[in-house]
Amino acid sequence: MIEARIAIPGETKPRLGMTAESIDLLRSLWRTHGPLMFHQSGGCCDGSSPMCFAAGEFLTGGSDVLLGVFDVAPAGHPEQLIDFWMSGEQFAYWSHTYLTVDVVAGRGSGFSLEAPEGVRFLIRSTLMDTAEPFS
Amino acid sequence: MTVYAAPGTPDSLMAFKPRYEHWIGGEWVKPIKGQYFENVSPVNGKPFTEVARGTAEDIDAALDAAHKAAPAWGKTSTTERAAVLHKIADVIEANLQMLAVAETWDNGKPIREPLNADLPLAADHFRYFAAAIRAQEGHFAEMDGDMTAYHYKEPLGVVGQIIPWNFPILMAVWKLAPALAAGNAVVLKPAEQTPASILVLIELIGDILPPGVLNIVNGFGAEAGKPLASSPRIRKIAFTGETTTGRLILQYASANIIPATLELGGKSPNMFFSDVADHDDAYYDKAQEGFALFAFNQGEVCTSPSRALIQKPIYDGFLGDAVKRTALAVQGNPLDTDTQVGAQASNDQLEKILSYIDIGKQEGATLLLGGERVDLGGDLSGGFYVQPTIFEGHNKMRLFQEEIFGPVVAVTSFNDYDDGISIANDTLYGLGAGVWSRNGNIAYRAGRDLQAGRVWVNNYHAYPAGAAFGGYKSSGIGRENSALALDHYQQTKNLLVSYSENKLGFF
Repeated sequence: MIEARIAIPGETKPRLGMTAESIDLLRSLWRTHGPLMFHQSGGCCDGSSPMCFAAGEFLTGGSDVLLGVFDVAPAGHPEQLIDFWMSGEQFAYWSHTYLTVDVVAGRGSGFSLEAPEGVRFLIRSTLMDTAEPFS
Repeated sequence: MTVYAAPGTPDSLMAFKPRYEHWIGGEWVKPIKGQYFENVSPVNGKPFTEVARGTAEDIDAALDAAHKAAPAWGKTSTTERAAVLHKIADVIEANLQMLAVAETWDNGKPIREPLNADLPLAADHFRYFAAAIRAQEGHFAEMDGDMTAYHYKEPLGVVGQIIPWNFPILMAVWKLAPALAAGNAVVLKPAEQTPASILVLIELIGDILPPGVLNIVNGFGAEAGKPLASSPRIRKIAFTGETTTGRLILQYASANIIPATLELGGKSPNMFFSDVADHDDAYYDKAQEGFALFAFNQGEVCTSPSRALIQKPIYDGFLGDAVKRTALAVQGNPLDTDTQVGAQASNDQLEKILSYIDIGKQEGATLLLGGERVDLGGDLSGGFYVQPTIFEGHNKMRLFQEEIFGPVVAVTSFNDYDDGISIANDTLYGLGAGVWSRNGNIAYRAGRDLQAGRVWVNNYHAYPAGAAFGGYKSSGIGRENSALALDHYQQTKNLLVSYSENKLGFF
């Protein structure tokens, strides 16, 4: 498990984690595709899943929030930073939950880079003890 | 009760080929890089065929074929094109049971659905657009006594279409029928979870269309979807899927300055006003079924009524009845006509649904029914089955705000009309909504106040070809079904004609 660096100004606790399987997969994808990024999807079909793209492939803008930055490099190696983004309006409904990027066997993907490997990134959520969900 | 035999077994109506190539230029074409991927049936979790794993090179070959075919196809008379669409519809109807078996095996849906909904609707969509294109007229306007503006509809040329996996054949037809009717050539990429049934269909209808008018390239989004959506050689891209990919497709379309139509799902509210329970009659029974329809197609419907809003005075009684009603849903072998709830389309979909059930519990929602994966045993043991699940909670919970795309409904109550509409519209999405009331004035007002492209009033999950379908808010751009869909596949040519000998006099 690793945790993402805090990216939202003023926050003091990380909002994102990542399983060991995800780290291995991302290192492998990085070797093939170069630097990577995530954008959390919503909506139907493969929605509500994190989409992994080559860094810069997906244009983020003022409507998006950077939730955190992962470094998936092994200890002692140069940084391999991966931004994790979500649309601001979606974040308004998700902000009370801590998100863990996991990976499962699967097929579906949109344009996410891991699909041809027969696996799929998946978000697991837990409540954040600092957030008040329904106040 | 009928139990259809699994594809490839002795009594089955159909067998999948061991391997499928791309359909390009009216023939089967090997993928240029020679790669294939396994296609798994959600019914038992086992692979049953291999499908070509397309890449940019295959998309290019398909675009070559489409560009070769498009000029002549675009000039055929609407009479000829309509005749072609009618022939396709006839073939679908004549092979309904065989196609239904293929669709169920590829997607996991209970076979009563393709038999009675997906495939009859697919045939009807071709017939509807055959009729719509013949009935379509250009228009003209007289600018003044000497000048007339004539408006003609022309095909766009070559278009790209990316299809979802929840209704593999019907969703392809929603996009294909208007595109072909309007005279376009198409490069279509099915979903990688359900690539096979559409190929079974093309085996039947391939020779009805001129070569190159319809080309099918399978593969993964990153490898085949992206080169199609970002190609400068398409004049339009249509996509059904999720919001991040939808934005990416808009981004690619903007680079090429082409239109994109997007259908990106929803979190549709299903509102039950208190007069629904005034009588225990056929209408009440219909409303109860309207609630249970969240489990239709295992909840894998963009408009799934996944938020039920019940007015306070009838909340306990109506919900109690609805839980009992839903508990009767028969889950089992998708090839059995008595089965009402089948398998989720893929393992990752199953995992995602379970992750939402988990967050629902953590957020404090009350589980009223289901909530577990199901092992049906025997041959079906490896399949992707989830119980129909009912949660009671609060509209701010993630369970109420995200499209789970599974048989999971989140239920809450509302006080008065304004409270109900406000909860219903408190969502990022606006694709579908349901309104149930015996009072026509309430039903009408709510229908108009709900921010959704399709509001079912006193019914749900009907998809007739003549009714426009599409989203408000983050649910997308554009409309499918109805004659409006033709607009998304046509250019408008204005011929501005002067019938005067007199010069302007400027020079």
